[in-house]
Amino acid sequence: MADPTASEALSRLAHRFRAALGERAVISDPVELATYSCDGLTHYTATPGLVVLPETTEQVQEVVRGCAELGVPYVARGSGTGLSGGALPRADGVLVVTTRMRRIIEIDIPNQRAVVEPGVINLEVTRAAAPHGFYYAPDPSSQQVCSIGGNVAENSGGAHCLKYGFTVHHVLGLEIVTPDGEVVWLGGKTPDSPGYDLAGVFVGSEGTLGIVTKIVVRLLRAPQVVRTLLAGFRSTDEAGGAVSAIIGAGVVPAAIEMMDALAIEAAEASVHCDYPRGAGAVLIVELDGPSADVAQQFAEVERHCREHGAFEVRVAADDVERAEIWKGRKSAFAAVGRISPDYLVQDGVIPRTALPEVLRDIAELSARSGVRVANVFHAGDGNLHPLVLFDESVPGQGERAEEVSGAILDLCIRHGGSITGEHGVGVDKAKFMPRMFTSEDLDTMQLVRCAFDPAGICNPGKVFPTPRLCGEVPGKRKGVHPLVEAGRAELF
Amino acid sequence: MAVLAGLAAICGAGNAREAGPHDAVAGVTPKYVAAPGCTEEVAAVLRLAADQALTVVPRGTGTKLAWGAPPRSVDLVLDTTRLARVVEHAAGDLVVVVEAGTRLDTLQETLAAHGQRLALDPPSGGTVGGTVAANAAGPLRLLYGTARDLLIGVTVVRADGVVARAGGKVVKNVAGYDLGKLFTGSYGTLGVITQAVFRLHPLPAARAYVTRTVADAAEASRLVQAVLRSQLVPAALELDLPRPGGPATLVVLLEGAPAGVPARAETLVALLGGDARAGEEAPPWWGRHPFGPDDITLKIAYPIADLEAVMTALAGAGGLEPTLRGSVGTGVLHAGLPGDADPAAVARLLGTLRQALRPWGSAILLQAPPAVAVDRWGDVPALALMRRVKTQFDPAHRLSPGRFVGGI
Repeated sequence: MADPTASEALSRLAHRFRAALGERAVISDPVELATYSCDGLTHYTATPGLVVLPETTEQVQEVVRGCAELGVPYVARGSGTGLSGGALPRADGVLVVTTRMRRIIEIDIPNQRAVVEPGVINLEVTRAAAPHGFYYAPDPSSQQVCSIGGNVAENSGGAHCLKYGFTVHHVLGLEIVTPDGEVVWLGGKTPDSPGYDLAGVFVGSEGTLGIVTKIVVRLLRAPQVVRTLLAGFRSTDEAGGAVSAIIGAGVVPAAIEMMDALAIEAAEASVHCDYPRGAGAVLIVELDGPSADVAQQFAEVERHCREHGAFEVRVAADDVERAEIWKGRKSAFAAVGRISPDYLVQDGVIPRTALPEVLRDIAELSARSGVRVANVFHAGDGNLHPLVLFDESVPGQGERAEEVSGAILDLCIRHGGSITGEHGVGVDKAKFMPRMFTSEDLDTMQLVRCAFDPAGICNPGKVFPTPRLCGEVPGKRKGVHPLVEAGRAELF
Repeated sequence: MAVLAGLAAICGAGNAREAGPHDAVAGVTPKYVAAPGCTEEVAAVLRLAADQALTVVPRGTGTKLAWGAPPRSVDLVLDTTRLARVVEHAAGDLVVVVEAGTRLDTLQETLAAHGQRLALDPPSGGTVGGTVAANAAGPLRLLYGTARDLLIGVTVVRADGVVARAGGKVVKNVAGYDLGKLFTGSYGTLGVITQAVFRLHPLPAARAYVTRTVADAAEASRLVQAVLRSQLVPAALELDLPRPGGPATLVVLLEGAPAGVPARAETLVALLGGDARAGEEAPPWWGRHPFGPDDITLKIAYPIADLEAVMTALAGAGGLEPTLRGSVGTGVLHAGLPGDADPAAVARLLGTLRQALRPWGSAILLQAPPAVAVDRWGDVPALALMRRVKTQFDPAHRLSPGRFVGGI
């Protein structure tokens, strides 16, 4: 916050927001500000210039208007569980924290909808709908703590995406505050709202198009039965073969998760999940739906696992055993800390059929670089979460891990995949975007950004490596932009 | 003439011509028709159109060309039917890459040979591009959603001829903005879709249709709620009302494993009561629009629980007798009226419906003769933002001008 004008603007805003929102809604004490300096991706930090905690749409509007009038950038943040630095604050900006906006406004069973505020915790929606026999489907692993507003920003997924899709498939309407301070509804309680599907494009825009203040989500009828099995294989190749056979047989499981030997080792060390001894890979397959359909398809899944080399198949008899099976998988990320001082979680996607080849390539990469990689992933939809292990205290290891992590993304792109399946681009992967998209592709995405946020103050510096300035003629950039050269704009 | 020569130079001599009366778009006759054969040719055509300041309307097989308001002007119809290749069917990944001019029925045949389908069954048929552009959907939308939910990647050509891609070939992907969502249902006003990537589903091993006659709107509404609160996982839930005030038919489609579907059908028959019965055949009206090509047509979206209110509003439609059909499990109905229905009465009906549907529903006049002088789309929230999006993508407003909400 070296820039005196930025600091002056922030203190004016602090004053204005205290008057409008109340004393306790504004944080400007440096020590308290520091507690908001990162989201779930802790190796990027920035102490926000000012933190505000609005409780209503009107208060968010007041904050955004203040920022817009003074040209101060702002970033929205929910629980801060994001893993790509999407909610990384700016030292010269305002961090708008939505954790006090946590009302479940309506559980509307006849219309199978809920209306919630952005700070509502994901799992709370299901808790509120459960007594009626309904639930909210998108269930990121962090669902006990992550907020729906953040889920909207990141288009969050989870283990059950294969069958049920992502946040965008379950969001029908959004009330947002636009970067120029207007409150508008995108979509609503009904599908097919006339006009452009702005709600559809807003979901997953990582907080760059505005701040969401109300969310209409679909509720689904809870399935009649859920059946889960754990299968142990000698190798990831065998497990991959089983996955292909299951999909090939026309079964759409609710989830298919795979862990390799190193990931299993970590989970065992941490939560003693007692997975099949000697397994080079385990699969967790879950089916849900009407009982007779599930019974038949479950038998098929079991058969495909055995035919493809499963030496042990365990079927959960009840919810307790089901939780036991999931325990290892759900704890895998944290568990890696038991076998390595530091690690990077990668989030790439490949076409599922490329899985065996990509896993071999990752193994080779690991052997060549001496960097260990544990693999945990959503096998059904090809979403890899390689855990790249290293020790920061050993000089050079951190850099090597970064290189391996990046090389894995290149593998994903080369196989026609994506650089992120659910964690987002944020600040972390902005530099990888040009490897996946052409400058024309990125410019076209920025047309949307310019329509929503012509001043470029809403979560700037995220998603795009070199944002096109609004009003600039699209096309290849040559040299430094004149506005940048003149010091009137910056590229982040 | 220079324009025609330019188009012919891009598309090949046989693929550019002067337009005739049968090329009219909702009554507006264009000057030229060009049929480019690949994305690069589409880009070249749009660059030429930009140079010559031509207005452009994309067209597939033309099944939905009369939907939306008539264009303010159209110089060039961009015919996509030569973009008809299934580029890649990655059966093991349940993904297909297909050119926009591919007919949906052709695509389904290709996929069915591998035991798969695109779970999208719009009654209007037509091409992949047209289906996406109009966000057309059929009965299966209850379980699988619409093109919005199934489209995972898209290639578009902008008004300035720049080719852009978003999404990709994998189902799980959050890199960048999802432009596929923006283009779905944009009625050709933002760019020309040239290629689409869809996620696929396996063809179900078993199917059953459970049919029940319903006496009135209240009963229909009650039964819809009963089905939606059951654990029977209907793939589709459709209502057909051929004559207002007369009996309606409710049909539920169940799909799944051979061991499960018959048992579910039995449970459903018991749940619905009355004359409910299960069968393997769809009724003859299944997946068809309740209107003909020259009829006045409405698309009504409403909160599911408001079915009774919507049916009541339509039944008292001042002498008009709309036929009604649609996805009552999702809350999207189509209504049809004879093309010569009294325009003033149609306008009144639309007004009544829109009033009844506030704040969440919508009633669109999808297709009507010019005599029905009424805003086809009604009030649209966030219209200012939509205008800004349009202006960013098509600053000169040359793509399908005037066809969309708020005169976009």
